[in-house]
Amino acid sequence: MKILICVKQVPDMESRFKPDNAGVWFSDTDLAFRMNEYDEYAVEQAVQLREQLGDAADLTVLSIGPDRIVEALKKALAMGCDRAVHIQDPAAALKDPWQIAAIIAAFAKDKGFDLIFTGLQSQDRGSAQVGVTVAERLGFACTTTLVGFAFADGVITAKRELEGGVKGVVKLRTPALVTCQLGLNVPRYPTLPNIMKSKKKELVTIPVADLLHEEALAVTARFYPPAKKGGGIVLEGDVGDMAEKLIAILKEKTNVLR
Amino acid sequence: MKALLICEYREGKLLDSSFELFGFAAQLGGETALLLVGAEAQLPAYGGPLYLADAAECGEYNPDLHKQLILQAVAKENPDYIVFVHSSYGWDLAPRVAARLKAAQVSEVIGLTDGGFEVGCCNAKMRRTVKPTTAQAVLTIQAGAFPAQQPGGTPQIQRLVAEGGNGMEFVGYEPAEAKDVDLTRAEVIVSAGRGVGKKENVPVIAALARALGGELGASRPVVDAGWVEHSHQVGTTGQTVSPKLYVACGISGAIQHLAGMKKADFIVAINKDKDAPIGEIADVLVVADVLQFVPALTAKVAR
Ligand SMILES: Cc1cc2nc3c(=O)[nH]c(=O)nc-3n(C[C@H](O)[C@H](O)[C@H](O)COP(=O)(O)OP(=O)(O)OC[C@H]3O[C@@H](n4cnc5c(N)ncnc54)[C@H](O)[C@@H]3O)c2cc1C
Repeated sequence: MKILICVKQVPDMESRFKPDNAGVWFSDTDLAFRMNEYDEYAVEQAVQLREQLGDAADLTVLSIGPDRIVEALKKALAMGCDRAVHIQDPAAALKDPWQIAAIIAAFAKDKGFDLIFTGLQSQDRGSAQVGVTVAERLGFACTTTLVGFAFADGVITAKRELEGGVKGVVKLRTPALVTCQLGLNVPRYPTLPNIMKSKKKELVTIPVADLLHEEALAVTARFYPPAKKGGGIVLEGDVGDMAEKLIAILKEKTNVLR
Repeated sequence: MKALLICEYREGKLLDSSFELFGFAAQLGGETALLLVGAEAQLPAYGGPLYLADAAECGEYNPDLHKQLILQAVAKENPDYIVFVHSSYGWDLAPRVAARLKAAQVSEVIGLTDGGFEVGCCNAKMRRTVKPTTAQAVLTIQAGAFPAQQPGGTPQIQRLVAEGGNGMEFVGYEPAEAKDVDLTRAEVIVSAGRGVGKKENVPVIAALARALGGELGASRPVVDAGWVEHSHQVGTTGQTVSPKLYVACGISGAIQHLAGMKKADFIVAINKDKDAPIGEIADVLVVADVLQFVPALTAKVAR
C-alpha cells in the first residue's frame, strides 16, 4: 500500500507577526518554525497504519517550501515515514491553495498512491482547501475532519467530527484522501535512535517549476493585524499588585466576589 | 451580482447557521438563490428561487452527489458567488465545487473590505484581504461572523435529482459524549489552556476555580492531550457557556474557543503574550505567566 502524507511547516503561533515588504504575508525573520499541528496527526496516523500493515506499506512524506522546511520533513522521517520529497519553492507562501493542490496532484499523479493523509488545515492560512482539492484533481474518494480512523480489508472507516461533539461515520474505498483533525491520535515524539536512523532515509528534491503549471485563482491584497477593539483593561507588572488590582475590578464589576 | 447560498441540513433539521447566509448576502447586495439538500417540510421562509433535493434520497453527507446538485444549480443561475457556512459540511464540500468550476475559493470570510474578503489567519492573530481573480468564486463564511436573518416569503421550488457518489458510504451519526459536568449552568468558569504547560499544572487552575466557587473548563488541546476530560471542553466542539465570569488561563483565543465563551458577562484572560487574540474580547487581560499569577490570585481570593 503506497501512502502519501502532505505536511506544511508553519511559524510558532505565539510569535509576533510582522508584514513582509510587499505587505501580503508575514516576514520570516525572527520566526521559529515547526510542523503544522494538524499534519502531525496525519503523519502519526500513517505511521500507525504501517505498524498495522508491516512492510506492505510504504510512506512518502511531501512538503512544499524553501530549504527550512526540510526540518519538518526530517521530523516526519524520524516519526516513521520511509522517504521524503521536498518540492523546492522559496515563494510557496505566495501561492494560493489551488496552486499548492495542483503541485501535490501533479506529483502524486501516476505514482499509484492508495491513500493520502493531510491535515484538516494549516495553522497559519487555515483555508482547509488543499487536501480536498488534491482529491478532486486526482479523482480520489475523500472525507475530512477525521477524529477516528480504521483500515481493514481495503476499506477505511472514518469518524468525522461535526459541530457540538456529534460524529459522522463514513466508509470509503481506496484510492482515498483523508484530512486529519486535532485529537485523531497522540502524535509520537521522535526518539533519538529513530532520529539517527532517519538520517539515512531518502530525501528527494524537486524544483517547483517541474510540477506547477497553474495560475493562482486568488490573491492576497493585504496582511495586517486586526483593529484593536479597546475597552479592555490591560494589567502588567508585579504579580502581587496585579492580583490585588484584578480582585478590586472583580468586586466592582461582577458579583462573584464579596 | 448574484449569490447562490447553500443551506445546511443535519439529522433531519435545517440548521440555524443557514440563516447567517442571508445576513452575509444582505451585506454583499444583489440577488440570491438558495440550494438545500433537505426536506420540503422544513424550508426557510424565503421569497426567491430554491433548488431542493431530498436528503432522504441524496443522503445528508454525500459530498460528491451534493457537489453535482450544486453544479446543476450553478449552471442554471450562473451566480457570481457560491456561499457556504465554514462548517464540517461547508469546508468539506466547497473545495469540490470550486475545483469543478475552476473558481477561486476564499475560506472563512469574516467581512467585506475594499473589493475583497477579509479572513483571519495565524490562529486569529492576523487578517488578510483576499481577492478572487476568477469571475465566479466560492466562499465559506465564518460561523457567527454575520447576523442571522429571516428574509420571509415563499420559495419558488425547483427540484434537483442526481445519482452517484464517489466510493463512499455514510454509515450514521454518533451522538456527543454524555457530559458529567454541565458547564452551561456554572456562574464562574476558570479554563486551562495549552499555556498551563503540562497535566501536572492543571490542579493550579482547578484550585482557582474552587476558590471562586466555579467549575474547571478547558481548551481543546488540553482535552486532546488527556489532561482534562472532554466534558470540560469549551468551544464549537465542546460546550457553549455564558457564565458571569470566565477566566481563560493560557488560552490564545482561537475562533472555535471564542465561539463557546464569548457570551460570558465578564472575561478575564491571563496570557504571557500581550497580542494574543483573547485580548480582543477580554474585559481584563493580565499579561503574566499563569503559573506565577494564578497561585498568587488564588491565595488572595481564598483569604
Ligand atoms: C473544527 C475545529 C473545532 C475546534 N473546536 C475547538 C473547541 O471546541 N474548543 C477549543 O478550545 N478549541 C477548538 N479548536 C482548536 C482551536 O482552533 C485552537 O487550536 C485551540 O483553541 C487552542 O487552544 P489554546 O488556546 O489552549 O492553545 P494555544 O493556541 O497553543 O495557546 C496557548 C496560549 O497560552 C499562552 N501561554 C503559553 N505559556 C504561557 C504561560 N506560561 N503563561 C501564560 N500564558 C501562556 C500563549 O501565549 C498562547 O496564547 C477547534 C479547531 C477546529 C479546526
